[in-house]
Amino acid sequence: MKPVARKALRFTVYVLFILLAALQTSAARAQTPTPPSDDAVNAIARELFCPICQNTPLDVCPTEACRQWRELIRQMLAEGKSEAEIKQFFVDNYGARVLSAPPAEGINWLAYIVPPVMFLGGALLLFQAFRTWKRTAEEPADGAAAGKRSAPAADDEYVSRLEAELKKRR
Amino acid sequence: MLAQFGFGVLVLTFLLALYSAGAAITGYVRKSFRWVESARLAMQLTFPLTTLAAGTLVYLLATNHFELQYVWSVVSRDMPLYLKMTALWGGQAGSLLFWSWLMSAFASAVTLRKWDRDREFLPWVVIVISVTLAFFLAMNIFFLDENPFARLWQTMSGDVVLGVFQPAGTFALTPSDGQGLNPLLRHPGMIIHPPMLYLGFVAFVIPYAFAMAALITGRTDDRWIRITRRWTLVAWLFLSGGLVLGMRWAYDVLGWGGYWGWDPVEIAALLPWLFGTPFLHTVIIQEKRGMFKQLNMVLIIVTYVLVIFGTFLTRSGVLSSVHAFAQSAIGPMFFVFIGISLIASFGLLIHRWGDLRDETSLGKMSMLSREALFLLAALLFGGFFIVSFWGILYPIIYEILSGQKITFGPAFYRLPVAVILGGLMVLMGMAPLSSWTFGSLKTIGRAIWKPAIPSAIAAVTIFALGMKNWLALTGFTLVAFVIFVTLYEFWRAAWGRHKTQGENIFAAFWNLFRRNRRRYGGYIVHIAMVIMAVGIIGIEVFQTTTQKSLAVGESLEISGYSIRFDSLAQFPTTDGRWVTRAVMSVSRDGKTLGELYPRYDLYPDGQPMTIPAVRSTLADDLYVVLVNWEDISQSQAPFKVYHNPLLIWLWIGSYIFIGGILVTAWPEKDS
Repeated sequence: MKPVARKALRFTVYVLFILLAALQTSAARAQTPTPPSDDAVNAIARELFCPICQNTPLDVCPTEACRQWRELIRQMLAEGKSEAEIKQFFVDNYGARVLSAPPAEGINWLAYIVPPVMFLGGALLLFQAFRTWKRTAEEPADGAAAGKRSAPAADDEYVSRLEAELKKRR
Repeated sequence: MLAQFGFGVLVLTFLLALYSAGAAITGYVRKSFRWVESARLAMQLTFPLTTLAAGTLVYLLATNHFELQYVWSVVSRDMPLYLKMTALWGGQAGSLLFWSWLMSAFASAVTLRKWDRDREFLPWVVIVISVTLAFFLAMNIFFLDENPFARLWQTMSGDVVLGVFQPAGTFALTPSDGQGLNPLLRHPGMIIHPPMLYLGFVAFVIPYAFAMAALITGRTDDRWIRITRRWTLVAWLFLSGGLVLGMRWAYDVLGWGGYWGWDPVEIAALLPWLFGTPFLHTVIIQEKRGMFKQLNMVLIIVTYVLVIFGTFLTRSGVLSSVHAFAQSAIGPMFFVFIGISLIASFGLLIHRWGDLRDETSLGKMSMLSREALFLLAALLFGGFFIVSFWGILYPIIYEILSGQKITFGPAFYRLPVAVILGGLMVLMGMAPLSSWTFGSLKTIGRAIWKPAIPSAIAAVTIFALGMKNWLALTGFTLVAFVIFVTLYEFWRAAWGRHKTQGENIFAAFWNLFRRNRRRYGGYIVHIAMVIMAVGIIGIEVFQTTTQKSLAVGESLEISGYSIRFDSLAQFPTTDGRWVTRAVMSVSRDGKTLGELYPRYDLYPDGQPMTIPAVRSTLADDLYVVLVNWEDISQSQAPFKVYHNPLLIWLWIGSYIFIGGILVTAWPEKDS
């Protein structure tokens, strides 16, 4: 199938789905005097990702599908649904990919655990390395370490001269 | 005809690259100077040849040869000439050829250097570069989908097939017009961004090649580092510049109100930077103290692999996002190449591990010495890398295992990256004041109190001015700290010259830079970095946004600004776009500040493109988007406005940054 045709088909499915969902919810719609503002809708939409376009936040996605999804959010807000409920609705219908980060549950704990564990592992490794270096240095060559350094080892002769001059001034 | 010529040149270049690698090996085995010299000249010749191939493609693009699949996919008749020419890197196949072209440019440049003192590196440098080049050329040659010279042919049954030469039973197909370049890519930022990034990518191949040469020949002293110092800086300059341009493009074109979206493709370009940057620092220590040889090898190897990996990510279709143009068959090949590079490099490294021991005993190094702080910085960069890499890798693994996609958006990265950047700023403030090897709390403390006092004053002032957000307050304090430390360093050294050499203070400053460009250029880069941080803190912490549908004459309010919708016009342009443009007037406290013209363009192929209107000042940006996905009429239109405090400092910082690198990399007379 051509990509365009596939997109169109997928799109139709989505739209039908939304319409069904909308019908369902409008049956039980409560009357609210003022419709929720664009800002209220965007506040939730920006926390969600477009379920069809990859890596596009829902509040800026220009596709018609996303426009309807935002309308859906507006409707749900008007019905008094909470942000969590709305997000859950999207997750239930389109999967965890609509969230801007996977929920920290089940296997997805890995997403949050691995980086800090690896980082701490690296830190530990570095710390261990420091201790080994210290130990190996202290054992044989005590005399070398005791050899008094002249200045706090400067990185070039120019700076060391400068340090010396500055000391003299004091 | 011309297409077949271009393809022929490409094949010739590929063979030449292979010959070059082969001749270099032969030269090494037979200890034959002439073979190595032949290999060197062959590698040198790749540049004119790829230039010819790329030039042919550019000509075909410019002259609307729509019978070529690539030309058809990225060019259309209504595009201006410069866009047609830059469409060379507007699509997959062309951008691979462009990659090869830049790679061969660096390859040729390397062959031109004076090799007298390090002849033994030559065969191995040639092999590494030639093999890399041959790999990228092979992608173009052996995969029809990636072949920019492949023509469209139609079979009798009406199917369209690709081929460089006419398949039997087909006739030539010449579309009357092409698809044209993706409108998102028709932007000056997008025209310069890929070349910059690619230059950064390919330039990192050079230090890697020398590193490999050093490992193979066993000349593991700092020779390879001294040779490649400037190459590395150039690579880093282009990579950083490419990243910043990408940010600018995202800000100007995507209409998302931000500069960075943690899109996997953005991260792919950032990954090599996260290893290249600590590499740039730790090589200093190897040069000065003969330490961290193993670490430097690891850093440059991983940088190289990440360069290939980044190209793989964006070119293989393994991620589909705004950047990745297509699904493609070259993914597995990249995978194999990356695997082989990793195994070969680390195999060599392990083989030489013992030779790479530190010349100076690390035992004397205190935890607060400059060396140790550099190590700590490398660790933080490593942490940054882990978070970013995991953010790309985990969704791929998850998708493979479960068949479902998940998204890692800003929410995942924000906290760890903020902490790491904060840590890096602390180190940027401390390291310049610490001393080599013997640094201690006492030595740092003795130097640090002077810059610490103005930083504290700055912090208190910012707090008194009403900044109650602790995250931003911490950030700004660190920014002030780094700036004061760096200025103090400048002053201390210049004053020293002034006193000891009797130079007047301005001359002293000048001479400071002249005498030690690398160090003071580096400090300028530090200042630039934290200035960029000001912009990042501004937008990340204080961005506000509002959206409203306005009737003509109505206004919306954001952060003290009032933005009135005055009128809306729709008109066609000569290149076939249909433009919808609003006129907005901005005022604050009743005073009119000017007009803004957010618009969106509808391209002939139906693709809309939102062009935000931005009013930038040193204090803040007003970023107005005409929301084209809602209903728009002459009398009523929806607008989305972002208020981005301090964002301009991100761009100002990036200019200073480039200046700093130029100071650092500027050729010095050998002393």
